[in-house]
Amino acid sequence: MKLLSRPFFWLIVAVTLLYALLPYLGGNITLRETLVLSAIYIILAANLNLMIGYTGYVNFGSIVFFGLGGYLTLWLIASHHWGLYPAVLFAGLVTSLLAFLLGFGVLRLRGAYFALATIGINEAVKDFVANFEPWGGAEGIFLPFTAFKAMGGPAKALWTVYLLIVLVMGLSLLLTYLVKRSKFGLGLFAIREDEDAAMVLGVKTPLYKTLAYSLSAFLPAVAGGLYFFKNGSVIPDEAFNLHLSIEAIVMVMLGGQGTVTGSAVGAFLYERLRGLLLTLPGLSNFHLVIAGALLLLIILFAPGGLMGWLYRVWPRLRRVLE
Amino acid sequence: MPEILASVLDGLLIGLVYGLAAIGLTLIFGVMDVVNLAHGAVIALGMFAVYFLFESGIHPYLGLVIVAAIGLAFGVFVYLIAVRPIIDGPPLMTLLATFSVSMVIIGVGTALWSTSPYNVDFPVKTLNLFGYTVTSARLVAALAAVLVTAFLYTFLYRTTLGKAVRAVANNREAAELMGIPSQQILALAFGIGTALAMLSGALIATLFPFTILSGGIYELKSFVASVLGGLGNPTGALFGGVILGLIEGAVAPFIKVSWTNVIEFVIFVLILLFFPTGLFGGRR
Amino acid sequence: MSRVILEVERVTKAFGGLLAVNDVSFQMHEGEILGLIGPNGAGKTTLFNLINGVYKPTKGHIRFRGEDITGLPPYEVVKKGLARTHQIVRPLNEMTVLENVVVGACFGADNLGLEPAARVAEEVLEFVGLADFHETLAGKLNLAQKKRLEVARALAAQPKLLLLDEVLAGLNPAEVERMLGVIRKIREQGISILMIEHIMQAIMSLSDRIVVLNFGQKLAEGTPEEVASDPRVIEAYLGDPEMAKKILEEEA
Ligand SMILES: Nc1ncnc2c1ncn2[C@@H]1O[C@H](COP(=O)(O)OP(=O)(O)OP(=O)(O)O)[C@@H](O)[C@H]1O
Ligand SMILES: [Mg+2]
Repeated sequence: MKLLSRPFFWLIVAVTLLYALLPYLGGNITLRETLVLSAIYIILAANLNLMIGYTGYVNFGSIVFFGLGGYLTLWLIASHHWGLYPAVLFAGLVTSLLAFLLGFGVLRLRGAYFALATIGINEAVKDFVANFEPWGGAEGIFLPFTAFKAMGGPAKALWTVYLLIVLVMGLSLLLTYLVKRSKFGLGLFAIREDEDAAMVLGVKTPLYKTLAYSLSAFLPAVAGGLYFFKNGSVIPDEAFNLHLSIEAIVMVMLGGQGTVTGSAVGAFLYERLRGLLLTLPGLSNFHLVIAGALLLLIILFAPGGLMGWLYRVWPRLRRVLE
Repeated sequence: MPEILASVLDGLLIGLVYGLAAIGLTLIFGVMDVVNLAHGAVIALGMFAVYFLFESGIHPYLGLVIVAAIGLAFGVFVYLIAVRPIIDGPPLMTLLATFSVSMVIIGVGTALWSTSPYNVDFPVKTLNLFGYTVTSARLVAALAAVLVTAFLYTFLYRTTLGKAVRAVANNREAAELMGIPSQQILALAFGIGTALAMLSGALIATLFPFTILSGGIYELKSFVASVLGGLGNPTGALFGGVILGLIEGAVAPFIKVSWTNVIEFVIFVLILLFFPTGLFGGRR
Repeated sequence: MSRVILEVERVTKAFGGLLAVNDVSFQMHEGEILGLIGPNGAGKTTLFNLINGVYKPTKGHIRFRGEDITGLPPYEVVKKGLARTHQIVRPLNEMTVLENVVVGACFGADNLGLEPAARVAEEVLEFVGLADFHETLAGKLNLAQKKRLEVARALAAQPKLLLLDEVLAGLNPAEVERMLGVIRKIREQGISILMIEHIMQAIMSLSDRIVVLNFGQKLAEGTPEEVASDPRVIEAYLGDPEMAKKILEEEA
């Protein structure tokens, strides 16, 4: 595939640049903080889409990758004085490797069994970390201020980290796009439609599923490292917040599972909606209710999400917006 | 030594209540292959139901009957709204649909009752059982769990309606051919499963303080218990609950409480991996 | 006689106490069409599942082109050049017809990349007569088309041996004719075919030889004429009067 000749590739580049430059050029910190959250959401949703949308396996506990990435990164920086870059890369690789090993086991489970196991994994890891003294137990890990010094002081460091998160967002979209257009992606979609048939057609299903699971762990783990570095601390409840991984499912479903555009748009809209609800007086308590009702409505009436609906209205869109 | 025995006895009693919750979960799965992710939220609703009944002057144990009725009606309602339209779709969809119900319940609950703890404050005696002290509340909760289970079994095995539920669980198409209105039966089964969850919540509320979020941990315990017993197998779920309670009781004197969760989840994932049909065999 | 392509040796499959396939042996040769018949529940589909690795035999061996493939997972078996169709069609519903066949081509014996696979898929769709349905979602096809899609996907894998499980069942006479044409064309390409079929007329006229299963065991083996006049075969089908009649008609 000639990537550079694909309009969709340039769309990803454009969106990424927009995210990077919009707050940076104006030095607008409020905008940056809004966008960073939506970038994180896009990262989570896009990578989760590899499992839910492409492979058809509902991972309820995808946030475990994000949390582990955060913990590994902060631990390496705080206790072993690593720099941010090697720390996040290492955290991403280790998390991905763990997912690979774990994947061969849990991906033997199908449907509801798999979904339950993913919840179990996240909760087990959370409770383990909360009791794990080298990682600070329930208090978590705090970064010493010196950690920012290496990056030219806190203010500068925060901008750098923001740009890195946006980069990871762009890479997530690019990754899911490339997978979708690849033979590997075709195999995953076949698994989603009918795993047994896929196996008979020659798709090495155990390996493919495990690779998808492991791949969907890498960038979220890197993002977790960056995000918690930016926060300066990480605690178990924030790192392994099961709610956030469920919200990621809502985002994917909202935008349209199995589509790159859908996962991004779904995450973006969800973040906007959440922000709106949190600021509206009287509604701030109801954001969970509305998210839940929204999810139910999508499932009942528009299981293809926004993109599914758009594709139905303009079938030709399918070729342009992946 | 007596300390651990007392702790194991406590575990056994609470394990029966876990078992009751797990039966609710496993029954729904057994009958319609739906993993009800609203289970925990419903357990929490049961806690609040008994609390408000108590506040309006109804004794918690009397309140149980009302809670069961509310649970049945609420379960049927949830089934009709959220599950029925997609019951024949991919399992992913029912999973997400029941989860969305859970989000709504927890969202509303948080808005109405915040997340600070509530407590059903009624007089509790301590009793002496074979030389070990247990609270009357714990004993009654365990007995109630056993009674409800016995009642459920009588219903499933001795009544026509109960037999219809089992027929639908066994093979929905065949049951339909025999003239059983399967949709009504599915609604009923969902109602019963929900009622059991609310009842277990109500019983737990007589033992510990709770918040709207407390259901989550019991939902996970229900998963562990029903997976131990084989998803879809009610007897297995009860035993699974008891095993879980016994494990908790046995390790409680030796390690921090927070480690028990780690142990349980590890058991959970291991059982899923190596005994996917449970220790006693279940439906797959 | 040409080389042996498939060798099933004393294969048994037990489901709990039920011996779905019981000590079955036979061989087939390159270029041959071998028919596999037997009453409902005789174990035919189970035998296919054993050959292509969906199930592992409880006992016995399966050799394909001289190589022992017993217990290999299905995705390895298809890479060796042994593809199959499903009795109950299994289209990848939300994918287009073309994509379905591209999957077959990509992950088949030649392990093609996406672009060559797309070319193969187009040829195969033309071959089975689904050329007009490239962009249709597979779930939207009718049964006859879905059966042809099954054949197309299997063919796209570039097999040396093709297992066809009741590709004629549920088709009307015109569709049956069309499918028979496709099968003959496949054989002309030199692909060996092992096929399960209940439509006697078709299987008798297509097959070089026939193996009969009954209650999991091999009841008879031989040319269509030999098998059709074998009293044991007729008796086996007498439990299935419809089928017995068809066989007797065939003889007449
Ligand atoms: N996975 C399984 N588990 C248990 N029993 C099975 C399984 N698959 C098949 N059987 C049983 O094995 C026997 C043979 O079934 P099989 O499907 O192979 O028959 P068949 O010859 O293909 O029949 P038909 O002509 O109806 O397609 C039947 O009794 C069937 O119920
Ligand atoms: Mg068959």
